[in-house]
Amino acid sequence: MSDILLEEVSIRPPSARRGVLRRFLRHRLAVLGVVLIALLGIGAGGAPWLAPHDPDEIAIAERYVPPLSADRLLGADDLGRDVLSRLMYAGRISLSVGIAAMLVTLVVGFAIGAFGAYLGGWIDVALMRLTDVMLCFPSVFLLLFVAAFVTPSLGSMALMIGLTCWMEIARIVHAQILALKSADFIAAAELAGAPAWRIVVRQILPNTLAPILVAATLNTANAILLESYISFLGYGIQPPQASWGNMLTNAQSDFQVDAWLAVFPGLAITLAVASFNFIGDGLRDALDPRVRDA
Amino acid sequence: MARYLRNRIGQSLLLLLGVSVIGFALMHLAPGGPLAVYTLNPTVTAQDIERVKHQFGLDQPVYVQYVKWAFGLVTGHWGYSFFGGRPVGSIVLERIPATLELMGSSLALALIVGVASGILAAVRRNTIIDYATATAAMLALSLPTFWFGLLGIYVFAQTLGWLPAGGIASTGGGGLLDRLLHLLLPMLVLAFVLVAQWSRYTRSAMLEILTQDYMRTARAKGLGPARVLLGHGLRAALVPLVTLAGLQLPLLVGGALVTETVFSWPGMGLLFVNALGMRDYPVLMAILMVGALVVVLGNLLADIIVALIDPRIKLTHV
Amino acid sequence: MTQLLEVDDLVVSFGALRAVDGISFAVTPGETLGLVGESGCGKSTTALALMRLLQGATLRGAARFAGRDLLALDEAAMRRVRGAEIAMIFQDPGTSLHPLIPVGEQVAEVLRAHLDIPATEARARALELFRKVGIAAPEQRLRAYPHELSGGMCQRVMIAAAIACGPRLLLADEPTTALDVTVQAQILDLLRSIARDSGMAVILITHDLGVVAGLADRVAVMYAGRIVEAADTRTLFANPAHPYTRGLLGAVPQLDRGWDEDLPTIAGSVETALAAKGCRFAPRCNFAYAACAERPPLEAVGEGHVAACWKVR
Repeated sequence: MSDILLEEVSIRPPSARRGVLRRFLRHRLAVLGVVLIALLGIGAGGAPWLAPHDPDEIAIAERYVPPLSADRLLGADDLGRDVLSRLMYAGRISLSVGIAAMLVTLVVGFAIGAFGAYLGGWIDVALMRLTDVMLCFPSVFLLLFVAAFVTPSLGSMALMIGLTCWMEIARIVHAQILALKSADFIAAAELAGAPAWRIVVRQILPNTLAPILVAATLNTANAILLESYISFLGYGIQPPQASWGNMLTNAQSDFQVDAWLAVFPGLAITLAVASFNFIGDGLRDALDPRVRDA
Repeated sequence: MARYLRNRIGQSLLLLLGVSVIGFALMHLAPGGPLAVYTLNPTVTAQDIERVKHQFGLDQPVYVQYVKWAFGLVTGHWGYSFFGGRPVGSIVLERIPATLELMGSSLALALIVGVASGILAAVRRNTIIDYATATAAMLALSLPTFWFGLLGIYVFAQTLGWLPAGGIASTGGGGLLDRLLHLLLPMLVLAFVLVAQWSRYTRSAMLEILTQDYMRTARAKGLGPARVLLGHGLRAALVPLVTLAGLQLPLLVGGALVTETVFSWPGMGLLFVNALGMRDYPVLMAILMVGALVVVLGNLLADIIVALIDPRIKLTHV
Repeated sequence: MTQLLEVDDLVVSFGALRAVDGISFAVTPGETLGLVGESGCGKSTTALALMRLLQGATLRGAARFAGRDLLALDEAAMRRVRGAEIAMIFQDPGTSLHPLIPVGEQVAEVLRAHLDIPATEARARALELFRKVGIAAPEQRLRAYPHELSGGMCQRVMIAAAIACGPRLLLADEPTTALDVTVQAQILDLLRSIARDSGMAVILITHDLGVVAGLADRVAVMYAGRIVEAADTRTLFANPAHPYTRGLLGAVPQLDRGWDEDLPTIAGSVETALAAKGCRFAPRCNFAYAACAERPPLEAVGEGHVAACWKVR
């Protein structure tokens, strides 16, 4: 450091924020992802007002009505329930579980990664070893194991998924804080006399945020996938409450009777997951100027 | 090398110790504990449960139970299934070949297709090929495997009738062709997600390698494009790719579980889901442990291979 | 005299940027030509353009090498030239060698790419080459990886690979820049003796005038993508014509100068050059006048001595 002139050292962190929006908008698939998520969000969030039917309303006379029938845009299921309405209500559950689970991964991952890096010593070693151990379990196994013994609900699903998927966030947070503790621009900020809180808020947080934001977006996608699978197997959200996953529980027989019944929920899952993945990809490119040209 | 190996094996053993602690804790934290199948059964009396508890040693202190359980795990005494009473070890072991067949073939297919498309995307960077590969990979990563499998069954088994809908072979055995036909669809479904990861990862690894000085040297020597790209480029990418193979194992094992349930593939995943329905703890625990063991050993193997490929590892990572 | 390489009005552009802006020079067989200039002046780009190793660049002009135009060859024919007839060595031998391939194999593969010989013979020849470039304990070194060798040793391996097929021209791009001073001298000695013994021509690209003085028969000075002066080495050092060359020579530290005298420098920076319409050195030149708004042609100022400057015609 001694031979570097102070003004040569960037006091600001290598700016990730400049032009982030512009770069994100240039990522066409990411923009598409945002639009799709917004549409799915409106459909799910506004379901009580927008849904054409009560999702649980049974109409035996309209069993297996095909899509594009009068009044049944996406048809009706084996009990004559309106598929579009059920999809919208199911979206409320599936998207909520995905986002809530992502928040759990954030809280747990941040706590474990930050405590470890900040405190150091044997606590750090123990926490990081715990992270390593958790990564050894295929998360589907762990999740199913726990799910089978817990009364399923939106909250418990989110908690369980979150508790089996926090490891990546913890590792990122841990690595970022360790790296930033010794980064040149932090030393420069200290040299320039900036108080500690200011360093944390102005320097550490924005720098840590970028990769975490990306990981969180991808975690949301993964959580939606996991929820759908657990619910599909019958250990997640219980009918009659609809989730995209449990709407597929009878998919195997549905395919033979009325294939559309098995297609729409799967498409909804794919669209939601792909959108979050696209957004995550776009964020990664936009937030890290280095990877743009890599 | 020997020291590096010793270190990595030591780390793996430590991981396995941690895995067993977590597994043990899970078993005891679950509602009803390891005896859920009895406590939830109204015809079983309190005395019966006490008797069984004593029989299984569950009235002893937790750490004694753990040591006994862990010792049993290491020595191959994995307990007995709650249903049928067969030894868990043999129940799980007889399922392993089917799972390995599915995982191995999918991984091989995914490797070939994924690495090839990743290289192509990197070389044809920012062209339509690159964008198409990237978008396809993203979509593949976003497909719910189980739904994709069901879709495949509907199209290729039920509608077209080209392939069997599930199982590992027709009833009464069947020849090699029969087994291959049964394998095809599950293998493709499981490989689909893996291909996406390989493709994306290979692309980014190759993009970095293509800008390296030694690649320019290779071209300056007058080597052919295949030799430059594979002999020099891919050779350098092997290290990150092998590492990815290790890291991908949890996804592979988890994906195998999902695929097996959809295709009634008689492997560990199907066994797990069936055991889950019956709350058959000993079997569940055994599969959880085997799954983690596969991941730990696979990562160890990946690290050893990396050390063999890259002579620098021995120096820097001791 | 018949020329080995004749570059005629070579232009290399990346989009709108002309990195090399119409240069012409020639190399006779066995001759060592020094290509001198500061970083970014286009000298490395020139070499890579001759090897057709630039990606995303547009090449114009001609480069006749032994009866063919390098710029017009198809890729397959060019591949037979690279490494066999024209070889190249690079600035940083550490990163220019593949980190995961034993160095012996990296030499042997050039032989196998161009000559139809079995692996064992390629290996034996690689061993010979290692001896020739002065690598101690060559049998063991064949199996070594680059990270196990010093920078100078790596450059010897690069040279061994370059001369493996007996090329008629070697492009040496800053071959000693990344090396320690004592090692630099050894590598230069090695290049000199190899060139002399094999009759191989060398284009030595460097920013170091000392390197040129020791090795080159003739020197071409480049500035901002153009050749501003060329002459045989003795003439150029004794009697530089172009103001830029004079500035360069003036900026070399000298022992007989007083210890408290400032080192003369050339005012300004090369950034101004690419915008200049006429003579690109004009914005930094003390002698610039009205005529310099036009591009000065490279004209003879003495026997075998050319310069591109209106003042010295």
